[in-house]
Amino acid sequence: MKHLLLSVVVALTLHTPAWAEAMKLAVTTSFHNSGLAEILLPEIKRDLGFEVQLLVVGTGQAIRLGEAGDVDAILVHSRAAEVSFLASGHGTHRREIMYNDFVFVGPKTDVAGVKTAQNAQDALSKIANAEAVFVSRGDDSGTHKKELSLWEDAGLDPERFGRWYRAVGAGMGAALNTAAALDAYIMADRASWLNFGNTGDLALLYAGDPDLFNQYAYVPVNAERHSHVKTSLVDQLENWLISDKAKGLIDDYQINGETLFVFNAKR
Amino acid sequence: MTLLPLIAKGATLRRRGKVLIGPVDLRLEGQGITAVIGPNGAGKTSLLKMLHGIVRLNGGSVTWNCPMAEAQERQAFVFQQPVMMRRSVLDNVAYPLRLIGVSRGEARARAMDWVERIGLSAAAERSATVLSGGERQKLALARALIRKPEVLFLDEPCASLDGRATREIEALLQEAAADGTRLVMSTHNLGQATRLATEIILVARGQIQEHQPAAAFFAGPNTDEGRAFLRGDIIE
Amino acid sequence: MSELWEGIAQAFWLVVTLDSDLVEITLRSLRVTLTALVVASLIALPLAAVLAVRRFRLRRATIAVLNALMGLPPVVVGLVVYILLSRSGPFGVFGLLFTPTAMIIAQVIIIVPLIASIAHQSLRELWSDYHDLLISLHTTQAQRIKTLLWDGRRALLTAALAGFGRAIGEVGAIMVVGGNIDHHTRVLTTAIALETGKGAFALALGLGFVLIGLAVAVNLCIHWLGQTERTGRW
Repeated sequence: MKHLLLSVVVALTLHTPAWAEAMKLAVTTSFHNSGLAEILLPEIKRDLGFEVQLLVVGTGQAIRLGEAGDVDAILVHSRAAEVSFLASGHGTHRREIMYNDFVFVGPKTDVAGVKTAQNAQDALSKIANAEAVFVSRGDDSGTHKKELSLWEDAGLDPERFGRWYRAVGAGMGAALNTAAALDAYIMADRASWLNFGNTGDLALLYAGDPDLFNQYAYVPVNAERHSHVKTSLVDQLENWLISDKAKGLIDDYQINGETLFVFNAKR
Repeated sequence: MTLLPLIAKGATLRRRGKVLIGPVDLRLEGQGITAVIGPNGAGKTSLLKMLHGIVRLNGGSVTWNCPMAEAQERQAFVFQQPVMMRRSVLDNVAYPLRLIGVSRGEARARAMDWVERIGLSAAAERSATVLSGGERQKLALARALIRKPEVLFLDEPCASLDGRATREIEALLQEAAADGTRLVMSTHNLGQATRLATEIILVARGQIQEHQPAAAFFAGPNTDEGRAFLRGDIIE
Repeated sequence: MSELWEGIAQAFWLVVTLDSDLVEITLRSLRVTLTALVVASLIALPLAAVLAVRRFRLRRATIAVLNALMGLPPVVVGLVVYILLSRSGPFGVFGLLFTPTAMIIAQVIIIVPLIASIAHQSLRELWSDYHDLLISLHTTQAQRIKTLLWDGRRALLTAALAGFGRAIGEVGAIMVVGGNIDHHTRVLTTAIALETGKGAFALALGLGFVLIGLAVAVNLCIHWLGQTERTGRW
């Protein structure tokens, strides 16, 4: 018995499974929280015969991972960051795949009256006027950058906000947990919101402004900079992502009867 | 090459500027049992450790009739509070053999002979740390003798032991002496010195006061200290 | 509060149905941490013995540094390992970032100071106990170290278990260097962080209870291994 136990330990310690061929793809938390990855990855493995290992990080870190060559490609949703990534030669090109949208979530009581907002800027202005507690990601992610640009469009500067503006420096899920605990307003991507389990007294209050659309793009890391990048796998994945099969899977993906993503790749 | 004679010349041991023992001039040779006697705090333990070579001298020298490294291997020491290693009685006794590369099986077999001699065979596989005082002394003695040292130092081997344990230890010591091991032991028990010793060293105030055959010492000491000690007076 | 009960129920179901994801993640947790523990012990225990036995110039400084490193924030270790292993870092050519190996390296760095410090405490005591005997027996440094490690093995086991506890429950560093990749570097702690992020508290708690159970089971196993040798003799 003692020897059995010891040999189990030895086996666990020494055993290193042979990894099948695999590439690393950095994706944003909002994409991963949507659950779409769990639909796509098994299909990719079946069709292409290799594994796509997802690194779930904020857009800021995804960009850094690409710059350092620690991943083979990135799938993010922050156009400005993607463009500067390309401009500095870290990526080969930018391929738009699909979009989803951001929504404003807040307490059911809706003290700021966001439900009646005309557009996204209006919704934010109402929150700022009411000085209702607002949770910001504050983590330099794509969602955070989008939120900041919307404040700017509304002519407001979060730097000068009072204590009602809470930058938590955390991922989408953690930020939603915080908002639920504080009964606060928050901007979230629709997928994360629909998949979120701990909604508390929060409800979806405003959505639909085209300004809130959230474009996802696939950017391969430049193999001229990082020779170890698995160019062949990266290309195969890109071709798969823009295939009819991917289009069907993405457009049909639903949570609670709601469609989340719209496929819009140009082929 | 023989290990003896042991010669100390002006050997001195100080701790924080205070002389513990010395300067010691001494010649040790021949067979038998040397008893180091003297009042508490006289420097008996320091003298033994100095001769055994496990303390750094502050002056003078202690030399054996062979190179120091070799001399270290051919002698042993039993401390007043013997160290019980956290292993079985048998493995404690076998330990010195394992250090010189004897295989585990042979070391344990030879240790078992000793464990039987000291009457601990029933406890051979028990932890040494649960032994009584007398058993600990016997174990330490067996552990010291297993490499057949030519010289064995013992620091108060029977302090705080009952009569029966004392008798057993003394019998073992006399056997060892008969086997040719030269014994040097400290004791504050004059009776023990008379029973065992063939030679007496009297220490007082950090100095060797007398060094002569036991019979001569007990017949009539040469110094005031010696006479006072035999009378049972308190010596400072 | 109801989430706590749900968590317990979840943990129960995950375990009795031998949920395949759970089994995979749990085995990976064990594999990473046990490997880290073996490597860290091979470094820390001899180091502790050397520190107990030898008197060298930087000894005090080394002990002080080890004690200070015990409180090292794992996330900082993670960040440093990340930067070293990144493709743009000095060890980038090995491609170790986001692999179980990277997680093992981070855990080794985190637990070596802990194991070495605790082991040193007990070996120092043992050495003061053994000092006279081992000097008198004219032992070499290597023999002293070997003797201390063998006779102190029970205390060393405790030190190793403390290291195991810290490593198996650690999330900050392995999240950073492992990346929490499904089927590759996801372990119990990073899975818990992920489920918490999704607001799936019950599942997160369930995994948490499995983690606690695993830690207890490993502790019991190791103690039992140590005891069967000589039951209750010392």
